Amino acid sequence: MPLEAQELAISVTDLTKNYGERAAVSHANFDVPMGTVCGFVGPNGSGKTTTMRMLLGLISPSGGNGKVLGQPISDPAKYLDRVGSMIEGPAFYPSLSGAENLRVLATLGGHSVNQVQALLDRVGLGDRAKSKYKTYSLGMKQRLGIAAALLPNPQLLILDEPTNGLDPAGIQEIRDLLRSLANDGTTVFVSSHLLAEIEMISDSLVMLRQGEVIFAGKTQDLLLQQQPTILARSEDPKDLLRLVQIAREAGHEGSIIGSVAHILGPREWASTLNKLAFEAGITLAQLSPVLPSLEETFFEMTGAGE
Amino acid sequence: MIRVFFAEWRKLRRPVLFFGTMFAVVGFTGLITSLLFLMIDSTRGNGREGQIINRMTLELPHGLSVGFSSAAGFLGLIALCVFASQTAQEYTHGTLRNLLVRQPRRLTLLAGKFLSMCLFALISVILSAIVSVGFAFALSGKAKVVTTAWSTSAARTSLMHTFVNVLISVIAFGTIGMILGLLLRSPITAISIGVAWLLVVENILAATVKHSAQWMPGSMANTVATGGDVNASYSHALWVLSAYLAVGVLVAGYLFRRRDVTN
Repeated sequence: MPLEAQELAISVTDLTKNYGERAAVSHANFDVPMGTVCGFVGPNGSGKTTTMRMLLGLISPSGGNGKVLGQPISDPAKYLDRVGSMIEGPAFYPSLSGAENLRVLATLGGHSVNQVQALLDRVGLGDRAKSKYKTYSLGMKQRLGIAAALLPNPQLLILDEPTNGLDPAGIQEIRDLLRSLANDGTTVFVSSHLLAEIEMISDSLVMLRQGEVIFAGKTQDLLLQQQPTILARSEDPKDLLRLVQIAREAGHEGSIIGSVAHILGPREWASTLNKLAFEAGITLAQLSPVLPSLEETFFEMTGAGE
Repeated sequence: MIRVFFAEWRKLRRPVLFFGTMFAVVGFTGLITSLLFLMIDSTRGNGREGQIINRMTLELPHGLSVGFSSAAGFLGLIALCVFASQTAQEYTHGTLRNLLVRQPRRLTLLAGKFLSMCLFALISVILSAIVSVGFAFALSGKAKVVTTAWSTSAARTSLMHTFVNVLISVIAFGTIGMILGLLLRSPITAISIGVAWLLVVENILAATVKHSAQWMPGSMANTVATGGDVNASYSHALWVLSAYLAVGVLVAGYLFRRRDVTN
């Protein structure tokens, strides 16, 4: 059932951005429901950052329209005070400290400068608040960018690759932070190349390829649309080839990767495969139907791995 | 706009920039005023562009402000560099997008930044006036300049007029810097082109093309600072300068408002 306009944090219709003959974003249509985490994925150059820039009023669309928090993107002043963002990496004044950089932005946005230290603590930069930005590591710069995005206590957070440069512990912290923000009602629209992260935290997904939206909807729906795989392992590895042949005879493609047969087929066909294997005298040590991961789906849909 | 003003001021007041600039202001003003008095008997001149400013002139009520107005050109160059770098660095650091997502009304953002930099310029002009007057009194004895007229109300009025004119001139130089910063989007390029034009190109044109100085923006800004000189009258200089700035501000403002922010 379509959501009402007031239930949408972002809604774009036919949004287009052309640079000369080249369409960076072409007739994009998608919605992001309020209070959810929406992953924004696509190969490099697919138009993610351009779309985010249009949502933030940094560039004007060549066509189409969109709404953010119910307000048209043609008038960003009406909604940007409720939006936190970090686009194309963090950008701050090198000779100012992390805290002073945040104070500049807090003053500009009309937010309390008293919250700066608490925000720095929240992103793990509390003890480096007074260090100059130019002395920060990439991960620290990224954390400062996230702190800056949180300054307005936003209803909507638009983050472009927020985990770039973070170590695994940092990535997990950011994941937890985004999830907790969403639990508190903040809508998070986040792009990332770390698809496993996106899969873990996102409720919905917008996937771009060459400027066009190729999927927009619930992450689970996307994965369910994909052909599931049945993973099978025989007690005797020599039987794997026979197992694949049995599957092929039954009309299911299969291949052997390592010591496991990967057979394409719905989850309910697993019991049939088990029966056929038993009849052929093959003892199975493992039989598990699995959905493809977001990463596999991404490569499949975007052809990014080709 | 007030929020933009104070946000910009937070950047401008950082010690290296603020004290570094004010140190340069004190240094240049002190040097120019010192040369004015210490080279008073030199045949090579003791004023701007080799002018000879004799004792009789310096002993007049407006003699107190001659050093101050002579320093205006240098104050202007400093203002041009500060305004240009503060504007263009938003592009090179990529911080413009941070500003625009917090103040999407682009002309308001520009106006707030400009006013904040004008305050910076005002402080530098006040400091320059204090240093110049101080040096003038301190060196008058050594230069055998009688300072009786400097304590009159006419001297104070002249100093006030010079202060206003120098401030206009310095802000005009700064505005040129800001326009270049917006158009060129690189501090180094904006400052290089600005300084090269004002120090080299204008002087070559003035030396080779008759009467061209009275149509040059840098030359006219200096003329405004001195309240009129051999190149042009004060009112002519003010009009020409205003016309240049109006065109520059319109073009730069239009482009800033319309241009996509992609870095």
